[in-house]
Amino acid sequence: MSEKNKSLSLIVDGIIKNNPTFVLVLGMCPTLGTTTSALNGMGMGLATMFVLVLSNMAISATARFIPDKVRIPSYIVIIATFVTLVQFLLQAYLPSLYDTLGLFIPLIVVNCIVLGRAEAFANKHTVAESALDGIGIGLGFTLALTALGLVREILGSGSAFGWHFTNSDGMLAFVLAPGAFLVLGYLMVLFNKFTKKA
Amino acid sequence: MARPSTFKNMVLALVLICIVCSTLLGAVHTLTESKIEQTKAAKAKAAIAAVLPEFDNDPSENAAKVGIGEIYTATLDSVPVGYAVKVKTSGFGGAITMMVGFLPDGTIYNTDVIEHSETPGLGAKITDPQCNPRIQVCGKNPASTNLTVSKDGGEIDGITASTITSRAFLKGVVSAYDVFVEFTGAQPLNTTEVNE
Repeated sequence: MSEKNKSLSLIVDGIIKNNPTFVLVLGMCPTLGTTTSALNGMGMGLATMFVLVLSNMAISATARFIPDKVRIPSYIVIIATFVTLVQFLLQAYLPSLYDTLGLFIPLIVVNCIVLGRAEAFANKHTVAESALDGIGIGLGFTLALTALGLVREILGSGSAFGWHFTNSDGMLAFVLAPGAFLVLGYLMVLFNKFTKKA
Repeated sequence: MARPSTFKNMVLALVLICIVCSTLLGAVHTLTESKIEQTKAAKAKAAIAAVLPEFDNDPSENAAKVGIGEIYTATLDSVPVGYAVKVKTSGFGGAITMMVGFLPDGTIYNTDVIEHSETPGLGAKITDPQCNPRIQVCGKNPASTNLTVSKDGGEIDGITASTITSRAFLKGVVSAYDVFVEFTGAQPLNTTEVNE
């Protein structure tokens, strides 16, 4: 496999074979909590992707120097640093997005996707590969959250990406938590039907 | 791959990581601090502007803490034209932070909900300036109006299926009025002064 194909497959794997939401089923807390609209889902996905790429790179660069027994605390400190950076930057430059995502930004620290990739991928691969893996998984997460948010927004508030196409209020249940579980379940079924070859 | 752990290298690794990370955070914090302050100030100012008639000073600099709320005086040509009161009230899903604007005679000019955690689609309708309770309190004077929902014998219609949120909102308005009265010393009575 050529170098280019390999990097491409790392990204595609993150979106399809290792999709964090539909296949690995990681990071369910922000997935269910923030996807009340397509834009919120996308914002959360992008913020997580930013942290994921940076923490993957930092961890793969430092993994050789970190003694085995303290690797988890070290990873957490590195991840928490990047999350706090995102928080500062969002607060300063995208305050409206910060208001909607609010509580969920600090929760990226404990998002198992980020720690999971650090432990399962970044500490065994090169910086470049880890960055690509971060982009792939990040994109997979972002796409999944956007899709989930979009479906919930269409059914729940009668709008898509904030654009109202009907005057009715939509089905409230889909904006609330039960709707999140229902939509997530159906999307998971669809996703696996089309990507898994028996 | 990973280094064998000894007490010395574990301590060293953690200390180094913490030093690097805190330096990075400190740097970014310094860079973004003033910008964050600006955004916050602009937001506070916008919330005040939303609930008051036209003014030409910076009310956020004219703030005073009274009781449970904060009151901002807005002036036009140095004459007070309105008072914005920020209060917290407890709704269905937690605290609701709201801003209520009063004209100098105590009439409610407008209201704004700044922060809330009400149920989306139900209580969260309180953020819509066109919802019943918010439209109906505008132009009323709490001194002469019974500001409770019609279910409780008051004169205001609540949001359908969100009585608790509506009650909380009206309670917030009334406590904002108390702050206003305490601050201006105005009689809690309806004055006959004509206002536009």
